[in-house]
Amino acid sequence: MTDEKRFRLVATVILAILAIIALLPIILIVIASVTEEKALISNGYSYLPKAFSLDAYYYMIRQGSTILRAYGITLSVTVIGTITSVLITTMLAYPMSRKNFRYRNIISFFVFFTMLFNGGIVSSYIMWSNIFHIKNTIWALVFPNFLVTAFNVFLVRNYYTNSVPDALVESAQIDGATEFRIFWKIIIPLSVPTVATISLFTALCYWNDWVNGLYYITDSKYFGIQNLLIKIMNNVQFLKSGSSNLLGLGNIELPGTSVRMAMAVIGILPILIAYPFVQKYFIKGVIVGAVKG
Amino acid sequence: MKTVKNKNNRGLTKNGPLLLIALPGIAYLFINNYIPMFGVFLAFKDYSYVKGIFGSDWSGFDNFKYLFKQDAFIIVRNTLLYNVSFIVIGTIAAIVVAILMCELGERFRVKFFQSSMLLPNLLSWVVISFIGFAFLNSDTGFINNSVIKLFGGKEVAWYTTPKYWPVILVLVYLWKSVGYSSIIYMASISGIDKSIFEAAKIDGATKLKQIRHVTIPLLKPTVIILTLMAVGRIFYSDFGLFYQVPMNSGALYDVTQTIDTYVYHGLMELNNIGMSAAAGLYQSVIGFVLVMIANTVVRKVDNENALF
Repeated sequence: MTDEKRFRLVATVILAILAIIALLPIILIVIASVTEEKALISNGYSYLPKAFSLDAYYYMIRQGSTILRAYGITLSVTVIGTITSVLITTMLAYPMSRKNFRYRNIISFFVFFTMLFNGGIVSSYIMWSNIFHIKNTIWALVFPNFLVTAFNVFLVRNYYTNSVPDALVESAQIDGATEFRIFWKIIIPLSVPTVATISLFTALCYWNDWVNGLYYITDSKYFGIQNLLIKIMNNVQFLKSGSSNLLGLGNIELPGTSVRMAMAVIGILPILIAYPFVQKYFIKGVIVGAVKG
Repeated sequence: MKTVKNKNNRGLTKNGPLLLIALPGIAYLFINNYIPMFGVFLAFKDYSYVKGIFGSDWSGFDNFKYLFKQDAFIIVRNTLLYNVSFIVIGTIAAIVVAILMCELGERFRVKFFQSSMLLPNLLSWVVISFIGFAFLNSDTGFINNSVIKLFGGKEVAWYTTPKYWPVILVLVYLWKSVGYSSIIYMASISGIDKSIFEAAKIDGATKLKQIRHVTIPLLKPTVIILTLMAVGRIFYSDFGLFYQVPMNSGALYDVTQTIDTYVYHGLMELNNIGMSAAAGLYQSVIGFVLVMIANTVVRKVDNENALF
């Protein structure tokens, strides 16, 4: 018994240390964002700054049209992308789960093969930009790469195979319901748990994506929040020089270093807010996905 | 009885409407995933924007010859070595965390620790590069200003000193991924029959002995399968980790350039489309072979968990 207690104590201590290590880097940028610019420049980023100030946030509120715009773009892309993705994914997964559907195996293989082989980013890039001309449009942030992924399709298909009884579909068929009606009225309402999981993964994926922006967006008008962050980081002098008008700054004296961190904080704020509520589904999704992807 | 039932169903199930429902997804995958597969021939062309995809001159294996003469060694070495260290260190760390979590017993503490450790996984690589910058930049960075000052060492120009980066990248990887990967091992441990532990306890096994002789042996199948799957993807690297975290610093390319960042540079910065396509095709083909091998092995170990 004492052995067990001692072990439990050791485990608690080690995990507490690890949990703190996991959080400390995030805490540093939060503290940096409320550190007074002068203190930041003379003493560097610190957990115990000499002086606090909310200037960086006031500054963003005053000058925030570009930030607000980028935020709006990321938000719209996340909403549009997630809804479209969930709809198309469930529509593809449902027929694959129907045992009597003639093309079931061939479609499964068609989806599955995308996990094994890919044509590489070069031909994909040339296709999206030269054939579909999505460069510098909002669609460039929605369509390429992750609107439908084999991983999500199989996740949903497995859910249907395991949790939607055949008898339900059969009885609806006997009652004369069309396949579309069965999908809308029976399958979709039963999909809540799996839809919650893939919505979460997909929304996170869209919110955090910067790769599509890096490839397809050169006009800062269409930057989402992540790409705006990249742009700001790449130009260390960006905020200080009056030359760039991206943020509509003019020649005002700027709290550059802390603003940068404040923007990063703004970028993760929605995730931090949603996290306690969605964490449960997230963990469930990870487990289900790992068992059989 | 069963066959009769199935026959009846077949009459009622209409293939046409079901196919129609699946169509948008099929169309998307065809465009996004299959059309680019036909584009792999670009690796055998001397691509020019003026002449276009089909008009560009064929160049045979020139792109590959050039690639293997110059950069292939470094990018493949980096990709493989980083992945091997991620697999080995990442797996060990995830198992240790999972075992400790399962020993806590109390739900509230488990939840709190798990939430904290999972949080880094939800951040984008861009935000993580900002965090890295707050720690590492030479003027105002936390390490140079606080840590090094405290111990009285010399300041380091992190973003131009390659020798530290293998360690930094492994640490950043662990920081981001351990919370996530330990979830799977936790699920696997909680699936172990409790009576086995009870029996071991009655036989006088201490906690450490139980872990060594019960938990770890029973985790072996999960470890083998996850490792094999990771080996199947050993030719791919996380673009964000190797592009964003080192801030795309040229001075660090020797130790940060992987196949994925190389393809990006060739395509977007150097305009060397042919070589970029060649590196991409090389990655896809070897990746394909590795997944097939890994799956064959998984099927031998545990048929249930094979991909196909």
